[in-house]
Amino acid sequence: MNKKLLSVPYLFWSALFIIIPLCMVFYYGLTDKNGAFTLSNIAAIATPEHSKALWSAIRLSLISTVICLLLAYPLAMILNGMKTGHDSLTVLIFILPMWMNFLLRTMAWQTLLEKTGVINGILSFFHLQNLSIINTPNAVILGMVYNFLPFMVLPIYNVLTKIDQSVINAARDLGANEVQTFLKVILPLSIPGMVSGITMVFVPALTTFVISNILGGGKILLIGNVIEQEFTQTNNWNLGSGLSIVLMLFIIFNMVISAVTDKEGEVNVL
Amino acid sequence: MRNAAKKIYLALIFLFLYAPIAALIVLSFNNSKTRAKWGGFTLKWYQELFKNESIMQALWNTLAIAIISATAATVIGTIASISIQSMKKRTRAIVMGITNIPMLNAEIVTGISLMLLFISLKMRFGFTTILLSHITFNIPYVILNVMPRMRQLNPSIYESALDLGASPLQAFFKVTFPDLLPGILSGFLMAFTMSLDDFIITHFTKGAGIHTLSTKIYTEVRKGIKPEMYSLSTMIFVAVIFLLILVNYTPRDKKDMHKS
Repeated sequence: MNKKLLSVPYLFWSALFIIIPLCMVFYYGLTDKNGAFTLSNIAAIATPEHSKALWSAIRLSLISTVICLLLAYPLAMILNGMKTGHDSLTVLIFILPMWMNFLLRTMAWQTLLEKTGVINGILSFFHLQNLSIINTPNAVILGMVYNFLPFMVLPIYNVLTKIDQSVINAARDLGANEVQTFLKVILPLSIPGMVSGITMVFVPALTTFVISNILGGGKILLIGNVIEQEFTQTNNWNLGSGLSIVLMLFIIFNMVISAVTDKEGEVNVL
Repeated sequence: MRNAAKKIYLALIFLFLYAPIAALIVLSFNNSKTRAKWGGFTLKWYQELFKNESIMQALWNTLAIAIISATAATVIGTIASISIQSMKKRTRAIVMGITNIPMLNAEIVTGISLMLLFISLKMRFGFTTILLSHITFNIPYVILNVMPRMRQLNPSIYESALDLGASPLQAFFKVTFPDLLPGILSGFLMAFTMSLDDFIITHFTKGAGIHTLSTKIYTEVRKGIKPEMYSLSTMIFVAVIFLLILVNYTPRDKKDMHKS
C-alpha cells in the first residue's frame, strides 16, 4: 500500500477548504471593491466605532476568562481530590452542560434574566427589588462564563490528574506546608492546563457575536457582531475580512503562547 | 469543616450550571404564556413542537448533516492519520499544523473564509455547503483521536501479517483496523457532537431556505422565545443525557474515555 498516495485526499481537502479559504480572507481584506490593493480595511479598526467594538470584546472576554479561571481551578482541584477516576459520574456532571446546544444555553439565560423573566418573577413574589442586568455588559459576561466554563475545567482537571502523587508527597516530606506545596508544586505543574483553558475560553469569547446579540439585546456591539453584520447585512466583505485579519492577530498570538507551553500536545482535551 | 466548604462550592457551581436548564424544563410544562408565572401543568408545547414543521425539518437537517459529515470526516480522517504517521517528521509537523487550524482559529473566521470560498466557486448555498463545512471542521477531531492510537501501534505486527501472506488491505483490516477502532469510534462521536452543536459556521455557510436546529433557534430567539423552544430544549437535554450514558457505559477501551 503506497502510503504517500493515501495522504492525497486529505491534503487536497485541507488545501481546498482550509488554506484557500484563509487566503481568500486575506485577499478580500487587503483589496477594495475593485480588487485594488489597500490597507484601509485593516486601518478601519481605528475608527471609533470599530475600535470601541474591539475594545469591548477584549475587555469582556478577558473578564470572563479570569472569572472562568477563578471558578474552574478550585472546582478542578476538588474533583481531582475526590479521586473517583477519570470517567466518573461527578466529573461528567460538571461538564455535561457543554453538550447541551450552545444556543439553548444562551437562550436559557435570556429567559432567566429578562425583565419579565424567571428570576424577576421569583424576586417580585418575595417583594424584592428586581434585577435588571439583561442587555448590559454584565449579562454578556455571565453568558460567556456559563458557556465556556467547562472548557476551563476540563484541561485543568486533566493536568491535575496527571500530577504524580509522589511528587506532592515528596514536597510534604521535605517540609513544605500545604500552601507551599500548592504554590511551588501543583500550580507550576498545572500551568499547561491553565494556558490551554485560557485559550479555549478567550478565543470563543473574544470572537462571539451570539452571546452579545442574545443577552446584550443588540445594544452591545462586539467585534464579532461588527464582522457578522458586514458579511450578512451590509455585504461589505472587504471590510469584514480586514477586521477578521485584525482579529486573527490576537488568535495567532494566543496560539503561539499555547504552542510554547504545550509542546507535547498533552492537555489537548478535545 | 473543609469538606463542608468543598461540598458547598460544588453545590453552588452545580446550581449555576443546572438552574438555567432546570428553568427551561419547568417552563416547557408551564400552561401560561408569561414566564414569571406558573399556570399549571401542560403538555401542549410538546404537541405544538411536533406540529411545527419548520422545526421538525430543521431537526432532520441537523441529524442528516451530523451523520453524513461525521461519517465522511471519519473516513477521510482515518486515512489521513495512517498517511500522516508515515510522513517525515517535518512534513508531519506542517500537516498537523494545518490540521489544527480549524480547531484553533475562531469559528467566525472559519465561517466567513468558507463563505468566501463558496461564493467564489459560485456554489449555491444550502445543504451541500453546510455539509462540506461540517466535514472540514470535523476531520481534525477524528485525526486527533486516531493519531494517538496510530502511535501505539506496533508496526512489526502489520509487517508480520504481510510476511505471512496477507495483502496490504487484508493486513490493514485484520490487524491495524481493530487496534485503531476505539480511536475511530471516539473520533466519530466527537465529530457527530461537534456537528450537532455547531451554529457559527453553519450560520455563514447556509442558504436562505435551509435551517439546522441551531440556526432555527437563533432566528426564533431573536423574534422572541416561543414556549415550543422550551420543550425542544428539554428533549435535547434528555437526548444528551441518554447519549452520554450510552457512550460512557458501553464497554470499550478505558484509555479513550477521557477524550470523549
